[in-house]
Amino acid sequence: MIELKNVCKTLNKKTILKDLNLTVKRGESLVIIGRSGCGKSVSLKHMIGVMRPDSGTVLVDGDDITKLNSEELDKIRMKFGMLFQGAALFDSLSVLENVGFQLFECTEMSFSQIKRRVRECLRMVGLQGIENMKPAALSGGMKKRVALARAISMNPKIILFDEPTTGVDPITGDMINKLIRHLHNTLKTTSITVTHDMRSAYRIADRIAMLYEKEIIAIGTPAEIMRSENKTVKQFINGDAEGPITAGIGSRF
Amino acid sequence: MRLRKKLFISSGRTFLNAKKRTVDSFVYTGGVAALFGKTLSSIWSFPLRKRQILEQMSKIGVASFPIVVLISFFTGIVLALQSAHQLQRMSAQMYIASLVGLSITRELGPVLTALIIAGRSGAAITAELGTMKVTEQIEALETLSANPVQYLVVPRFIALFVMVPLLTVYADFFGIIGGYLVGVGRLNITHAMYMKMTLVPLSIGDVMTGIAKSGVFAVIICFISCFEGMNSQGGAEGVGKSTTASVVKSFILIIMADCFFTAIFYFFGK
Repeated sequence: MIELKNVCKTLNKKTILKDLNLTVKRGESLVIIGRSGCGKSVSLKHMIGVMRPDSGTVLVDGDDITKLNSEELDKIRMKFGMLFQGAALFDSLSVLENVGFQLFECTEMSFSQIKRRVRECLRMVGLQGIENMKPAALSGGMKKRVALARAISMNPKIILFDEPTTGVDPITGDMINKLIRHLHNTLKTTSITVTHDMRSAYRIADRIAMLYEKEIIAIGTPAEIMRSENKTVKQFINGDAEGPITAGIGSRF
Repeated sequence: MRLRKKLFISSGRTFLNAKKRTVDSFVYTGGVAALFGKTLSSIWSFPLRKRQILEQMSKIGVASFPIVVLISFFTGIVLALQSAHQLQRMSAQMYIASLVGLSITRELGPVLTALIIAGRSGAAITAELGTMKVTEQIEALETLSANPVQYLVVPRFIALFVMVPLLTVYADFFGIIGGYLVGVGRLNITHAMYMKMTLVPLSIGDVMTGIAKSGVFAVIICFISCFEGMNSQGGAEGVGKSTTASVVKSFILIIMADCFFTAIFYFFGK
């Protein structure tokens, strides 16, 4: 369904991805784990075409999106929904306008139909009666859920989640994990989640891929990742300060 | 020997810095030109967002109206008082009306209005778009199949292109009123004489020159502020830097463009 082939990306003279290869199967929930700043979000943004690789190809349902013009890319993007790390709700718009943004922009639906669909999406993420509120009046967890409602408003085939549990308390985080899994099961979508929260990864994933040093070093089911003998993977999933990832830096305490 | 080595290294660094700055300025100019091109193509190829255009017109034009009126009015007063000081010595105070009328319509009206809008609305545009950039809202727009240029830049461009010339007309009017109050109220020039001395030397070409300039200034404000905002990086600090850069660059370019057009009109126009 989505294939990244030999993707290279350099930002501000720093190589972020080098010959990255990753395949996401239709209908699966793939979680990409890795340390902060290792390029997880960058790889996610390549999948939806917000970033273009310096070299390599990104295939979505067989179409190489790196070669498409902006109108063709917009059509491909209709297949996607994306939840951003900081929710990325539009400050100047109400919750109704945020969730219904794509419905207003890309469909011929009437206002009342859009309103009904927005209510339905909000209900799916456990929110009600906040359509007229502005994002500034919402808590962090609510913002994430509104952003999630916006991501599913067009019934996308693929949903991308960028750090869905970052910046929310553990209970809200767990609720978001359950919600992601629930949406994945009920909407039958392909989900790709980027996180460094292992608890979240185990709850959401069908498969987990670990990104380290600009490439995927391990990929497998949560059970396989837990049993991995790779020392780098072990250090990361156990959250140890000492190990190959921090070699040379070491524990200062 | 050591001094020579130091000199060689420092001149090398200066050369490299100059080279980097030159390249950066070309990249910047190219970026602004590309944004200009994309905006123009978006205006023709998409339905216009009337609600957003009106919203921007209100933010840029209606909200700036009091400050434009106030500043142009006081500028008219100051201009009349300063010139009165000199012209009274030659008993030529009646020419104050012509001096104020021509200076305001050809130069001060458009330039002051543009500087006010660059400082007030240009900074606000950069801060707003910059915040949207660093909070991933612009990327979110792209993922929602919306064209950021069409959604964010086009309404601001149309609003600025309409409102800056319109505010300039008001600035011209209230600047002349300021001068009139000094001339008639303080320098004992009669109402009829002041009006005659204002209107006779003033041609429609003078007013149109000022309005044409203000259109160019609107384009400068729009593309500098939008480009800076859409290329902000590094959180709140980055947005602050972009906002400062936007105002400074707009001010410099407005003055440079004014100088350029004044020279063109002086040498080639009549």
